[in-house]
Amino acid sequence: MPRMGALVDLQDVSKRFDAGPPVLDSVSIAVAEGTILALLGASGSGKTTALRLVNRLARPDTGRVAVLGKDVEEWDVVELRRRIGYVIQEGGLFPHFTVARNIGLVPERMGGAEAQVRERVIELLTLVGLEPAEFAPRMPRELSGGQRQRVGLARALAADPPLLLFDEPFGALDPITRRRLQNEFRGLVKRLGKTAIIVTHDLAEACRVADEIAVLHEGRIIQHSTPKALLESPEPGYVAEFIAASLPE
Amino acid sequence: MIGLFSFILDRRGELGRLIAEHLAMALLATLAAAVIGIPLGILLSRRERLAAPVLAVANVLQTIPSLALFGLLIPLPFVGGIGPRPAILALIVYAILPILRNTYDGLRGVDPALREAAEALGLRPGEQLRLIELPLALPVILGGVRLAAVLSVGTATIAAAVGAGGLGSYVLRGIATVDTRLVLAGAIPAALLAVIVDAALARFSRSERPMRAGFILAGLALASSLTLLDLRPSTPRVVVGSKNFTESVLLGELVAGTLESKGFSVDRKFNLGGAWLCHRALLSGDLDVYVEYSGTALMDIFKRPKNTDRSVVLASVTADYAGVGLTALPPLGYENNFALVVRALDATTFGLKNISDLRTVQTQFRLGMFGEFLERADGFKGLAQAYGLSFTKAPAEMDLGLLYEALESKRIDLAVGSTTDGLIAAKGFVVLEDDRHYFPPYDALTVVRAAALEEHPGLRAALETLNGRIDAATMRRLNFEVDGRKRDPREVAREALSSLLPQPSGQ
Repeated sequence: MPRMGALVDLQDVSKRFDAGPPVLDSVSIAVAEGTILALLGASGSGKTTALRLVNRLARPDTGRVAVLGKDVEEWDVVELRRRIGYVIQEGGLFPHFTVARNIGLVPERMGGAEAQVRERVIELLTLVGLEPAEFAPRMPRELSGGQRQRVGLARALAADPPLLLFDEPFGALDPITRRRLQNEFRGLVKRLGKTAIIVTHDLAEACRVADEIAVLHEGRIIQHSTPKALLESPEPGYVAEFIAASLPE
Repeated sequence: MIGLFSFILDRRGELGRLIAEHLAMALLATLAAAVIGIPLGILLSRRERLAAPVLAVANVLQTIPSLALFGLLIPLPFVGGIGPRPAILALIVYAILPILRNTYDGLRGVDPALREAAEALGLRPGEQLRLIELPLALPVILGGVRLAAVLSVGTATIAAAVGAGGLGSYVLRGIATVDTRLVLAGAIPAALLAVIVDAALARFSRSERPMRAGFILAGLALASSLTLLDLRPSTPRVVVGSKNFTESVLLGELVAGTLESKGFSVDRKFNLGGAWLCHRALLSGDLDVYVEYSGTALMDIFKRPKNTDRSVVLASVTADYAGVGLTALPPLGYENNFALVVRALDATTFGLKNISDLRTVQTQFRLGMFGEFLERADGFKGLAQAYGLSFTKAPAEMDLGLLYEALESKRIDLAVGSTTDGLIAAKGFVVLEDDRHYFPPYDALTVVRAAALEEHPGLRAALETLNGRIDAATMRRLNFEVDGRKRDPREVAREALSSLLPQPSGQ
């Protein structure tokens, strides 16, 4: 049974690809409603795979994944994914659609009337800080990296999902834009009362954006705590080393 | 050049029709190939395990020589026979590979991150394909369609060999009658057509709304295919055929002209690629009548042993034809035998008078002959055996129409032609005597479907007005008018008929 109050609940999940070492090894994480959790780890730690289990882009070999109190295997996969916003690096925008169509695609598919969809697009663009009249008709190639991420977020929010997943969303941005977006994204998620999981390899980003941080190493969670607790009392060994390496000299 | 221009201008009516037929065949085939190839490509991109074997089969189909493919299709029911149907089917077979391949490659080439983004957004598989993957793969898919269309325009030229019409008719007729202008009158428009089709499709693939442009194009293809339909009132017509060399075309015109002068409506299906094809077309009812030679019928069509007795051969083929529902009428009055032809100077230099004299030159002479003679039961192998000849150099295979030019320009030293070729005397060539009587007799005789004789009252009587009226000298003269003077076979035949046939009285 999923734990009470957990919007996302990974219970003892393991996964391996072919004959390699396990990508995830008996991982259990619960994310309470309204929480922003950062999955922190180096590349190959299994953090992206853990994220993809949540919207069933990947499936565990063993263990259970529950979202909104229901096992993901029991969800109709389309229904499940429409309750989960997904933002990837560089936004993953469809290059042949305008900004407006990218954002309006899911509402349109869910049967929204044209006027309704248009209104929703304007609302979302305003929400993520883009001037609707200017940006709605643009093609993705006419956007900067930061603007693309904003559109990606607007698209993820289009169906008003309770849960948002971010996979290295700020990885390709310059430091100033990255800092600004991190703050805005956190503010927006909190203001809308959403639950979010963000995958990152950047300690500073995790601390800035998240309420809780789970550190992944070789497919296992080795520490799960608040940012403050993580910085103040890291587990000796990998976590301590990771933190030391992330801090300025 | 100016001569060519006015030559083409003189034929603009017919040329327009040929271009329309050509375009219709090519576009219709491309359209059908797209209707088959795109969904199949989509399926393959979803079922990876099918991809390798299916693409391998498509590759193999692509390598079948086009004439062979046309030949293979002729005996099939429904799609076979002669005319546009088998031609379009063959073109479809060729057009599928580029479309299939590009659809598959285009879909596989879509950025996996975008595919995943579509999935994660909760798009259903059909929506992912329709809204994301197909539009992103569209430029590659359209590239395949474009390639297929250009290929089809090119290959459609060969369709004339199965009586499908199109610009290939000019090319084949031009080669058969050694008329370069006619070849160019077919080849130049065909090349231009390929360029135009390519440019039009390139434009359409850059268009803002490629889907809409696609529908417009498909509509055009279907509309142009109407030209392939015979919209003339369906009065019963007699379909007259011919093989693809001057004399056969002339005979076809003589038969057709005779029938027209007796009030019959006639369809001409000329320049068909060989005796076998004509015979198949008679059997399938695509042709009603054509002129064949008794020796060819004896050995090539009915596979009987060689016989050199003229009346025995005639009796044998008449009986064989009757056995398959065809009627052989009495001979037209001349024999067209195979002729081994050399330059006059060589004849004197080497003392060549009979075929057996060739032994003295068998190590140095280069031979040229049309492909059929290499294969025929009464052809080259048997000839070499009968005369104990063994030529050092392998014979060159070339079209009948090109043989005498090759002989004159000394690219070959011995041409296998026929005794009624008009160019033999005109160019001062010498025909070697068949001193061992190797060749069976080749009486020209009209072969007609027995059922057609019943359908068209008076057809037999009309056809028989030609019996015994054409002698070898006449035929040689008519051949020369076409091959030597580059005149239109229909015109030559019309002139000849006015003197050959008794004039209708009371007019």
